Amino acid sequence: MASRIDVSIEHKHAPPDPGGPKKHPNTCPKCSSHYREDELIANLRVCAQCGYHFPVGALERIQQLLDSDSFIEEAKELRSADPLSFFDLRSYKERIAEAELKTGLGDALLMGQAKIEDQDCQVTVMDFSFMGGSMGSVVGEKFARACERAIERHVPLVSVNASGGARMQEGIFSLMQVPKTVCAVENMHDARVPFINVLTHPTTAGLLASFATLGDVTIAEPGTLMCFTGPRVVQQTVREDLPDDFGRAEANYRFGHLDAIVQRQELRAVLGKLLRLFNHGR
Amino acid sequence: MAGELELRLRDRLAKLRGLHLPGSSVSDEVRRIEEQIEVMETGDERSEDEIWHSVELARHPERPYTLDYIERLISDWVELHGDRARMDDPAIVSGLGSFAGRTVAVIGHQKGRGDAVKRVKRNFGMANPEGYRKAMRVMAIADRHGFPVITLLDTPGAYPGVAAEQHGQGGALAASQATMARLLVPTVACVIGEGGSGGAVAFALADRVLMQQHAIYSVISPEGCATILWRDAGQARKAAAAFKPDAAHCLELGVIDGIVPEPEGGAHTDFDNAAIMLGQSVRSALEELEQVDAEELRRRRRARFRSLGVVSS
Repeated sequence: MASRIDVSIEHKHAPPDPGGPKKHPNTCPKCSSHYREDELIANLRVCAQCGYHFPVGALERIQQLLDSDSFIEEAKELRSADPLSFFDLRSYKERIAEAELKTGLGDALLMGQAKIEDQDCQVTVMDFSFMGGSMGSVVGEKFARACERAIERHVPLVSVNASGGARMQEGIFSLMQVPKTVCAVENMHDARVPFINVLTHPTTAGLLASFATLGDVTIAEPGTLMCFTGPRVVQQTVREDLPDDFGRAEANYRFGHLDAIVQRQELRAVLGKLLRLFNHGR
Repeated sequence: MAGELELRLRDRLAKLRGLHLPGSSVSDEVRRIEEQIEVMETGDERSEDEIWHSVELARHPERPYTLDYIERLISDWVELHGDRARMDDPAIVSGLGSFAGRTVAVIGHQKGRGDAVKRVKRNFGMANPEGYRKAMRVMAIADRHGFPVITLLDTPGAYPGVAAEQHGQGGALAASQATMARLLVPTVACVIGEGGSGGAVAFALADRVLMQQHAIYSVISPEGCATILWRDAGQARKAAAAFKPDAAHCLELGVIDGIVPEPEGGAHTDFDNAAIMLGQSVRSALEELEQVDAEELRRRRRARFRSLGVVSS
């Protein structure tokens, strides 16, 4: 009956590779090919040998997906408050400060206007390395504002997600970001503003129970873990071996929860095509 | 702690006063916040023991569940079963009935009481996606025919199973909220036991969100939180004190709109009186909401949730 809600911090504490010794971040965990940083960046952080998709930070994702220099960040001044004065092993304030230093970001989501293949859009991009991409008040607020900006500008919203779920340190407020973002999406649907969701590894729990499953079109990168409850908790509950691709994009595609699985090299072109279609070919 | 909360509430109050929105919902909220600040000025901070007492009562095996309240509050009850695609989920009860002279739809999580077989049959109140889809089907009926929707929240969380994931648990939870956000009928939600995370919030997107005095509402169970933070589920008491899932705290934060009193000693000591108190709160909320135009109701519902959260810049 214990933990059944997957939250970011769990991912943070989970050993990255329980089987073997810790690998270098530029070593492919699937086929062990090793790359120099510049090689990996040039190949969009996809393993040239086996096609494994390495994690991509928000800033690099912007470089990969958006027309160069088209991104104008908005609401960048927003920062987390500490509504509960939360303290576990360290204070929440300290964790935030550490994440800011590590990633150079204000929180786990960047929001702004941009162009993809010359198509105007509003964009949100998440970064898993900022406290597991967890959704607290800032992520919820920025996403809601992105919806409102998309309505104002009457351009589609493209949301690139990566999140372990709710940010537990904000208590019930983190849970309230779930219905809050749902309301923002509903307003956008009413205004007939197109909404395209891109799920990247991992997009789980609170994100999946809110805006990440409410797009007009939902696509994912290969291998993306996209389950409401994480495999470890499910395994503890059912006490049997899980299917190999449990919760992965491939399984979700088979069960009908995804429109497409798109390789990272194709992502920009697919988004460009979708934006043109939603813009009636203009 | 209380000081910081008070500052935030005052800030919220100032913002609301500056809004000049038409209608009574803002002035209602202003009044509620003023009341909350008054309570806080009297220095009413709950202790770790009091919070844990609520956690224990919220999960008390003899606590009244959804069907106990339906039996006492709803006449001409007709339960509606099945999601029309896969199955009927016994962890969620839904149907139509008559409440204080009007037809309503009631949807709630249902736990089993008594021996293990009965509790397992209801899956401890943990629903599968099919349960949420059944609920959405009943919400659609209510919307079509103009019946107010009453939801009763009482679940440790959505069921963490393999099939639940394969059948789209996350998407079902999101869709249930999206359905509630679209309804053009008055909606009242009340947490009557455990308001556990996504599984509960699926039914929470209502015009009025109430909580029984000893219910809890949280992003994670105290045990789950303790396991993650201290790697020790035994620290649940400490965890609960840190994230404060109790009704008083949720009211202070503006997450809920009101607290439904319980009989002395908790709802399990007197089902009938607990039901009368719940009935009164739901009835007065509905009467207030029925005065408001449907489109305006929906706009305010979304604006209410839109405003939740604290950020600084």
